Amino acid sequence: MSTDSPADQAHYVAPYDDGVSFDELPDSTPGGKFRLSFTGWVGTIVVVFWLFIAVFGPFIAPYDENDLPFPDAYSEFQEPQAGALLGTDVMDRDVLSRIMFGAGRTMGISFVATVLAYFIGVVLGIGAAVSSPKVDMVMSRINDAFLSLPSIMLGLVVVAAVGSSIPVLIVTAGVIYASVIFRLSRALGMEIKVMDFVEAARVRGEGRWWIIRREIWPNAAMPLMTDFGLRLIYVILFISSLSFLGLGVQPPQADWGSMVRENLGALQYGTSIIPVIAPAIAIATLTVAINLIVDDVSAHSGGKLSNRL
Amino acid sequence: MLSLLIKRLGIGLVTVFAVSLIIFFGTKILPGDAAQIRLGQAATAENVAALRERLGLDQPLLVQYWNWLKNFLSGDLGVSLSGDVPITELIKDRYRNTLFVSSLTALIGVPISLALGILGAMFPRSIYDRVLTFVSVSLVAAPEFFTATLLVLFFVFWLGIGNAVVVGSVEGKGFFELIAHFGLPITTLCFVIASQLIRMSRAAVLNVMNSPYIEMAILKGVPRNRIIYRHALLNALGPIVNVVALNLAYLVTGVIVVEVYFGYPGLATLIVQGVQTRDFVLIQGLGMLFCLTYVVLMLIADIAAYMSNPRLRHPK
Repeated sequence: MSTDSPADQAHYVAPYDDGVSFDELPDSTPGGKFRLSFTGWVGTIVVVFWLFIAVFGPFIAPYDENDLPFPDAYSEFQEPQAGALLGTDVMDRDVLSRIMFGAGRTMGISFVATVLAYFIGVVLGIGAAVSSPKVDMVMSRINDAFLSLPSIMLGLVVVAAVGSSIPVLIVTAGVIYASVIFRLSRALGMEIKVMDFVEAARVRGEGRWWIIRREIWPNAAMPLMTDFGLRLIYVILFISSLSFLGLGVQPPQADWGSMVRENLGALQYGTSIIPVIAPAIAIATLTVAINLIVDDVSAHSGGKLSNRL
Repeated sequence: MLSLLIKRLGIGLVTVFAVSLIIFFGTKILPGDAAQIRLGQAATAENVAALRERLGLDQPLLVQYWNWLKNFLSGDLGVSLSGDVPITELIKDRYRNTLFVSSLTALIGVPISLALGILGAMFPRSIYDRVLTFVSVSLVAAPEFFTATLLVLFFVFWLGIGNAVVVGSVEGKGFFELIAHFGLPITTLCFVIASQLIRMSRAAVLNVMNSPYIEMAILKGVPRNRIIYRHALLNALGPIVNVVALNLAYLVTGVIVVEVYFGYPGLATLIVQGVQTRDFVLIQGLGMLFCLTYVVLMLIADIAAYMSNPRLRHPK
């Protein structure tokens, strides 16, 4: 471990977004009855609410995402009223419907990207942990180079090179965040690899693949799962920020981040500001709610996961 | 210590090199080349070929990379594709805004949030600490533009001061006028880094407070204030410097969203424009600048950690 940067070893610092230290991992898997605290319940209710909107939003939305509630009138930035419960946006469209359509897109892209990041990160990370030291070092150094770039800057470079579309967004976010998960699962793998029961399995003559599957994976799975919520928050923020910069989900498709950008003008005109505040609140409630759940789960599993935020 | 520092600097250099590879070849995937874009569709094949030769685009990719890196290191960022202007020229007026906003954020935000975080650690589990933790947890998970919108609502719509966009030129304004001019962006960024800083500095001090020697001091009967100022804080100083450097690196990302939100000309808005117009010479130059800043701040964070913790200097 001596070649690693201090961030790996620092005991006292709750690492920053992209830094993961394995001291922070929960020591044990949650056992016994798991009870959510009050804030945990609030978080769960909010997340379930948004999940419901994400799945059924397009069916129960009053309009299509690009329909105009008042097609006959000049109706930019209308106050909330019958027919448009949250008012209209910069292009006269219904804000409520766009939020309902955007929910699935924002959450779906982020979720799939996080799953992809986990797939890449865990496979390579555990692979590096059980590989020879040389392979491990090469992989870790390449990964460090990725980690030392601001994620939004990497996103900008990719979008500039290949343009923005939903698959590009998913792959970009997936690859960028895979580096964090690589580091986490490699650290976990390293930690588990030297434990006595793995040693015993090796002495017993079990193959490498068997050890990964039966010894390392079951022990790494729980901490990794607890971390999932946290990564999901960062991916949601990343995707929304890219969309906010106009480089994520492209118009006319609705997405919470791009809705904030499209309607920024409302702040200057002094008309209804709901088109800006509503999508921003949507993202914030979702991420804060996930965070509340993560806090609860990690407190229960005995780790200091919440410190990592 | 020295050898560790040299090693860390070496890793930093390798990282910068890797970063430059990623940025250069990442933007080279782009279809079409600089000469064609600069001359437009109507250009004749001879003209394009001539310009390609002048820009060195006819050379092998590795040679191009070498030349680009050499120019970057000597301060020549190349010529913008869309405007046909040297990038250093484009940056000249803008870098001051970005630098002013970020450094003021650091000057104002860092001391306040450190004080808040340390206070939280001094009175753990008190009402103050709980409120602080809740607010900072919520702010950490919220996007920058949410914080910005809340601040605009509060200051512009409710109190009626400031402006939702940063308008007007900065020419000839004094220091305090500039602060007022960039008041909302600075406040937003302060909130953004504060949420991280408060949590991390609180954790750093609490961690020291939990160590055996503090317990010993308590058992000896050392007064509480003295324990914190004389025993805990001094030892937490290194981690706190680390935390500050990490969060200033975070500022590099935060400033992009904030500049676009308030719509003032800065380096971040320039790079976003570059991406929209696919001006990859601009992206390469500015991307390197941003990443360099980030890498240097990370380096400082690591060195601070080494300096403050002997255990890191002598790894097992």
